[in-house]
Amino acid sequence: MSPLSFDLQLLNACAALLLLLSFSMLSQRRIVNLVNLLALQGALLCAATLLVAWRTGQGHLYLSAALTLALKVIGLPLLLHRLIRRLNVYWDAEPVINTSGTMLIGLLVVVFSFGLAQPISALASTATRSTLGIAIAVILLSFLTMITRRKAMSQVVAFLSMENGLFFGAMSATYGMPMVVELGVALDVLVAMLVLGVFFFQIREQFDSLDLHHLESLKEGE
Amino acid sequence: MSTLGAITQLLEIVCALLAAPAFLGWVNQCRAWLQNKRAPSVLQPYYGLRKLFHKDVVLAENASSLFRLAPYIVFGTMVAAAAIIPSMGTGLPLSMAADGIALVGLLATARVFLSLAAMDVGTAFGTLGARREMMVGFLAEPALLMVLFVAAMISKTTSLPLIAEGLTTRALGLYPSLAFTAVAFTMVLLAENARIPVDNPATHLELTMIHEAMLLEYSGRHLAMMEWAAALKLFNYACIGFALFIPWGTSTEASGPQGLLLAVPVLFAKLAVAGGGLALIETLSAKLRVFRAPEFLATAFLLAVLGLLVHLLLGD
Repeated sequence: MSPLSFDLQLLNACAALLLLLSFSMLSQRRIVNLVNLLALQGALLCAATLLVAWRTGQGHLYLSAALTLALKVIGLPLLLHRLIRRLNVYWDAEPVINTSGTMLIGLLVVVFSFGLAQPISALASTATRSTLGIAIAVILLSFLTMITRRKAMSQVVAFLSMENGLFFGAMSATYGMPMVVELGVALDVLVAMLVLGVFFFQIREQFDSLDLHHLESLKEGE
Repeated sequence: MSTLGAITQLLEIVCALLAAPAFLGWVNQCRAWLQNKRAPSVLQPYYGLRKLFHKDVVLAENASSLFRLAPYIVFGTMVAAAAIIPSMGTGLPLSMAADGIALVGLLATARVFLSLAAMDVGTAFGTLGARREMMVGFLAEPALLMVLFVAAMISKTTSLPLIAEGLTTRALGLYPSLAFTAVAFTMVLLAENARIPVDNPATHLELTMIHEAMLLEYSGRHLAMMEWAAALKLFNYACIGFALFIPWGTSTEASGPQGLLLAVPVLFAKLAVAGGGLALIETLSAKLRVFRAPEFLATAFLLAVLGLLVHLLLGD
């Protein structure tokens, strides 16, 4: 009954695991674990890219897999771990909505994005089109993670995971973006990370905490 | 309905009745080994049951007839559940009467009577246990139903024997949806059978207990029936898991008497492995606070729904 070839099944399994990782990021409150999950997400993304590259014979996908490995599995998580140690933030505060509630909203988000992806996948001709829904779900779930967190650190991790989702979406819809765009995005993420790293220190210096809640008050000394 | 079907049916019920305490004993033995303790014999639950059957029943003064009836109802529903789960063969004449959803209903009936009986005498512990059981139950039941729905959607039927048969005949492959639901099912199994992350089966008279708190007022043959029913419940859950996720080795109508002969050792091998795995999970995890149990079960529900969604999207 299963008409899918083995590599496509493997790709689907990767996609499903990516979705699961997004949910575990949504529920994870320890920032160190959050960064580890991000690295794992990057590793899965790298594996999925390699699979697609091998299946379609697109040379530039190997390059972007290598880029993913270097940047998202090794580079950024190391940088984030160093930031965590230096800023001494290990736990996020209580999320805005409680965990079970966030999970339920997450489920609705997944249903929404699967519905959104269905007409697009029906028109697409790539072999990987069925995973597009998962890619959109990963993007929206990361967005939800950003919304429900208070600490700047976990919001940045969620932001990076959103970029992973975008990358995966591009791969499943069109076998990846052109190399120039990909390089540009990678550089953007790296620079954004460095700038945000500086921001963290500034925020902490101003408010003695990384809780973004403080940024909401307009007057000083409240 | 054939004679082979009738024989399979009979063998399954008898086997469930006799092997359930041994399965419980096996899990306990594995757990003791893993914790570097001297293990009780596999037969220990039988000794316990024999002892209890020989003892007199002590009833609370204000116990109603419901209290005395409940052990038989709970035991009866568990036997009925064992009859419709295809643990050995799929050609079960009785399983025509009830599908997977009815099975969940049967398990719910047992839970309701257990809780009512626990509240009947009016002790604080009984009421506490019943409330907690209902809290666990109302979260575990949708998760279990979702798990069944995923399997049902893949096989396009809610009848458990047909699901098991459909899975054995289809091509081997990676099914992310089934993997998700298998994890969800394991979590439901742990919660429903009062195993460690949710309840500790080894405690008595502690404020954290759930299942034991409901049985506190029972004694003698009533308690024996209840404990036997609990062992049967664990056995049933294990067999549901086998039917949904690893149905290979069960006999079908086509495989004939040889298939049935082969199915018995296969079932015991699966039970041995599952028991070991269960003991491993219980040893590795710490008991959750009671108020964390909803979170645990919400995760199970989430995984099951994700399995369903992934199945719908990827169409595997």
